[in-house]
Amino acid sequence: MSFKNEIIEPTPVDSKLSAGVGSPLLRFVVKRIAIGILLMLGITLISFTVTQVVPGDPAAINLGQSAMSNPEIVARWKHEYGLDKPVPEQYILYLKKLLHGDMGISQQSQRPVRTDLAEYFPATLELALVAIFFSLIIGLFLGVISAIRRDRLSDQIIRFFSLAGVSMPTFWTSLVVFYVFFFKLGWFPGTGRLDPGSDDPTHLTGFFTIDALIHGQFALFWQALAHIAMPAFVLAIYTIGLLTRFTRASVLEILGNDYVRAARAKGLPEWLVIKRHVMRPALLSIITVAGVAFGSLLAGSVLVENVFSWPGIGQYAFKSAIGLDLPGIMGVSVVVAGVFITMNLIVDILYRFIDPTLRTQ
Amino acid sequence: MIPMKKLFGKSSPWRQPLAVIGVSLLTFWILVAIFAPWLAPHSPLTQEATILVPPGHAHIFGSDQVGRDILSRVIYGARVTLPLSLLLVVLSMTVGSAIGAIAGYFGGAIDSILMRFTDMVLAFPGIILAMAVAAALGPQLRNAVIAVVIVSWPTYARVVRGMILSSKNSEYVTASRLLGSSTWRTLIVDLRPNISGTVIVLGALQAGDAVLTLSGLSFLGLGAQPPSAEWGAMVSSGANNFDKWWVGVFPGLAILTTVLAFNFIGDTLRDVLDPRTAKALRD
Repeated sequence: MSFKNEIIEPTPVDSKLSAGVGSPLLRFVVKRIAIGILLMLGITLISFTVTQVVPGDPAAINLGQSAMSNPEIVARWKHEYGLDKPVPEQYILYLKKLLHGDMGISQQSQRPVRTDLAEYFPATLELALVAIFFSLIIGLFLGVISAIRRDRLSDQIIRFFSLAGVSMPTFWTSLVVFYVFFFKLGWFPGTGRLDPGSDDPTHLTGFFTIDALIHGQFALFWQALAHIAMPAFVLAIYTIGLLTRFTRASVLEILGNDYVRAARAKGLPEWLVIKRHVMRPALLSIITVAGVAFGSLLAGSVLVENVFSWPGIGQYAFKSAIGLDLPGIMGVSVVVAGVFITMNLIVDILYRFIDPTLRTQ
Repeated sequence: MIPMKKLFGKSSPWRQPLAVIGVSLLTFWILVAIFAPWLAPHSPLTQEATILVPPGHAHIFGSDQVGRDILSRVIYGARVTLPLSLLLVVLSMTVGSAIGAIAGYFGGAIDSILMRFTDMVLAFPGIILAMAVAAALGPQLRNAVIAVVIVSWPTYARVVRGMILSSKNSEYVTASRLLGSSTWRTLIVDLRPNISGTVIVLGALQAGDAVLTLSGLSFLGLGAQPPSAEWGAMVSSGANNFDKWWVGVFPGLAILTTVLAFNFIGDTLRDVLDPRTAKALRD
């Protein structure tokens, strides 16, 4: 191989810094969406591959013993699901079905995976939204304090707990919190989204708290809120740790800037320096991280919902996994990955819109 | 590169409380793993007729739903988790670094294909992909390890690629190339020493997450199978007997302290690194 000085090609991340002609913002948005679609295709390819490598004959799982002994029935079944076609063709078929929202039939519930997901997804989304709310408030607060009081005792303590937060096994924390606050103290209601015997609020958004509020069922609203508080907090612990650490790092970085020194030199009170000159630029990158963290909250719900019997996609994924129900797991993967990619896309584009220095480059 | 003076000097970050706690915890668990047969009061698998005995004289940490001594099981659990955490990190590090180095060094189409693939795996939510892989391969500890490696290599690939990109045009590489080094010699002899420090720090930072995912899979029943004394699986039997707090609490504390040790050490190591590489790890 001849030696040459190759030009380093910008990756999507590096490209934030590269200059463009015409309307760079539009070009960026188009490019970013294209990458998002490509990633989504990749996700389906991966999930399809996993379905393929599974040992065991799907026909044997889905058909009964007697049906399996009849080769004609097996052939017809395979034909019906396209399993008699070559693998690449099966993938195309799978994609076509996916585009129509068809993710197969769950072997657990004997219903279309789409129906199952539509039922369970709002519960997880509500949980993750409350969790990200907790995380942002607590994480920002602790992170700023930690940065301002760098290397003092309060900083050391906060750093200890934020590291502990990202080190906790969520499934274990769920158990401990459940035992202490429900079983021993009785401060919070137990499992599920509502007390046993309560009727769901009329379905509108699928978020029980919001649905109850819209219909003026305040008692039900409080009940739903009490039920969501514990699992959402446990789910948030990891993200609180993450956001605290990230906020601390970005605030520290900004505090070292000359304009912060200038703001202090002109006699601004410290809280104003923090509010105007530190938090404003810091918030931008914190929101980015929060957007990415939101995707991981959805995925992390697998371990929390299990303990709290929260009827969301996490528990659905878990039940599918132990039942080796692949359409179920793949459905959850594709949906969560889709949210993941979309969040990244939105955050990336928003970032460009908000930060003028990136826009003009 | 990790400057030795900064590592062990007077103002060494190793004297910070976090680092001291981290190193002590890890040493503790390594000793427990080595001396498990001498430390454990009972066999981790022997069952007794009286089950779910609360912590007390007979069983310091109590006994579980089939009457096994929980303290002994937690002690033997170190022999499962610690070697596996090392294995997980080494495997993901090797796979990820190889892919990242090839992508960064050769560039062009190879780079594009490999990095798009890396992005795809990264876009997949970790625990769910691990669950899907572990379920598809069959619930076994070995398959859970494979699943965790599959979800954790991309981080290494990205960092290594970035570092190769920024150093492949350095003068020392050019000089070596002009002297006639082969591609592999350049990668292994010239470039590797320059990035291995950072990759090892990344390994320490990732070890904690790897342990969490692995024990999470075992908790869900997709990893270690009974009667294996694996901490995640033990917490799972705690979930089935949640009113008997001792069944789940102690193995969970074992996971927490192990992960905490890795994270404290990784965090300290990162602070020791020079700012440029520290930034490469953060992004």
